[in-house]
Amino acid sequence: MKITKQEVLHVARLARLDMDDESVDKFAGQIGTILEYVDTLQQVDTRGVKPTSHAISLSNAFREDGEISHMDRDKALANAPEKEDGYFIVPKVVG
Amino acid sequence: MNLYELTIHQAHMLLKNKEISSQELTRSVLERIHLLEDKIGAYITIADEIALEQAKAADDSISRGNMTPLTGIPLSIKDLMCTKGLKTTCASKILENFVPPYDAFVIQKLKQAGAVITGKVNMDEFAMGSTTENSSIKTTRNPWDLTRIPGGSSGGSAASVAADMCLGSLGSDTGGSIRQPASHCGIVGMKPTYGRVSRFGLVAFASSLDQIGPLTKDVTDCALLMNAISGYDKNDSTSVPKEVPDYTKSLQKDITGLKIGIPKEYYEVKGLDPEVEKAVAGAVKKFEEMGARCVDVSLAHSKHVVAAYYVIAPSEASSNLARYEGVRYGVRDMEKEEILEMYRSTRSKGFGPEVQRRIILGTYALSAGYYDAYYGKASQIRTLIMEDFKNAFESCDIILSPVAPTPAFTIGENTDDPLTLYLSDIFTLSANLAGIPGMSVPCGFSKNGLPIGLQIMGNHFNEELMLKAAFSFEQSGDFHLKKPGL
Repeated sequence: MKITKQEVLHVARLARLDMDDESVDKFAGQIGTILEYVDTLQQVDTRGVKPTSHAISLSNAFREDGEISHMDRDKALANAPEKEDGYFIVPKVVG
Repeated sequence: MNLYELTIHQAHMLLKNKEISSQELTRSVLERIHLLEDKIGAYITIADEIALEQAKAADDSISRGNMTPLTGIPLSIKDLMCTKGLKTTCASKILENFVPPYDAFVIQKLKQAGAVITGKVNMDEFAMGSTTENSSIKTTRNPWDLTRIPGGSSGGSAASVAADMCLGSLGSDTGGSIRQPASHCGIVGMKPTYGRVSRFGLVAFASSLDQIGPLTKDVTDCALLMNAISGYDKNDSTSVPKEVPDYTKSLQKDITGLKIGIPKEYYEVKGLDPEVEKAVAGAVKKFEEMGARCVDVSLAHSKHVVAAYYVIAPSEASSNLARYEGVRYGVRDMEKEEILEMYRSTRSKGFGPEVQRRIILGTYALSAGYYDAYYGKASQIRTLIMEDFKNAFESCDIILSPVAPTPAFTIGENTDDPLTLYLSDIFTLSANLAGIPGMSVPCGFSKNGLPIGLQIMGNHFNEELMLKAAFSFEQSGDFHLKKPGL
């Protein structure tokens, strides 16, 4: 298998996803098949080929260096699952 | 003819001549939506009240002599574009309650043009998929055969246009998500050049590939919507500051001397349905009869397109989807009291299986020790794919190919086999990797009565020539006039 169950679990942890045993088994199989297919890329000689970072030639995009208004606080908070006194509420981070 | 059956340009003439009002037209479309929604499942949110308010405003505007080709025209919007005050779910549980505080650039443009928004339409969750089966909200069915997929990820857009549940729609295309459902539903769909249409307010999937575009009943409507949504936007740093032509001027039938590139590698693809091959060959012959000339071109790296795409797109997606952690917007698992547990639980319950699969794949491809072998390599191969197109367009003006290897397949047929599904995008992915424009126009039907699309690809910012070729082809036949029996 191209990717082990342990690796799936490790990557899931990095990606902030919980995963039950059934999902780990399924993803290990499916992602393994996809990675084996993706490995065909190694057959291509890419020595000296620059990677593409952008499909269209563009120089840097700068905006005018001036003041712009920001989103109103109430609007920014409107979709928050929990909020109080103009702040987002999150679970306790430090002990 | 029922009002909901009109094209955008037909409705515009009737509105302009005061033969109909936008409120009559909009009511006709809304009644059609409510009549068919249980059958088709195209809409996530039907915006009756907003649509009728906008229709009234459009009528007032028309009565003052102030109208654009889109004033008073009912359009549906893929539920991936932010609409101020109107729910935008991305067909995901994690955003099921999200109401954007602003409009996407394209929505601002449509509103300025006086268009009417009938609602938000279904899609694969976060645009990941080729069938619209990955929606966490509902299943959308192909209007031509209700047992089949409409294609994806803009399946709701395509089905809503094909079933006359709107006059036109906006979708997004990351690997073929406008062209493939357009092909499966027998309508016109265009992915513009990367940077031609602003992505501001489009919920990001793979930022270097995503592009918004129109899905319409014919090529003329496609040009009209392109006119409305194209253009530079300072809020999108990848938006290209290039003048926008009037695309309706491209709608001419003379294609004498047009050089058509036929990529031989595309016909070596395993699994190309003989009926698709025959329909596309018939279209190529028609182009030759109209005065075009075929030349062989080579897209030598075609066989690596799917692999490169399925490294790059999930990698970018895994990064873009990191923002959904249940703090600023979306749903949250309120039971978890420790922050990492809350993040993990929220994301695991909020994202569907295809999205999680791509997050894992992308995170793996970007992780230490694998980055060069996967993302770095795929980015180099992307350069080679772009060079293939650059070379090809030195000897031809446009490239013709199938859109999808097969007509629409049945719902559930490939659900557990992601790699097979990924391979069904083989003809469309390269345009996204190269940033070139591509479109689908109807070119035939299978013996089962399923639509088949022809893909036209052009060089960067050469949408005008593609539209001219598509218009000439469309006007030479009647594929675009056929309707599903609903």
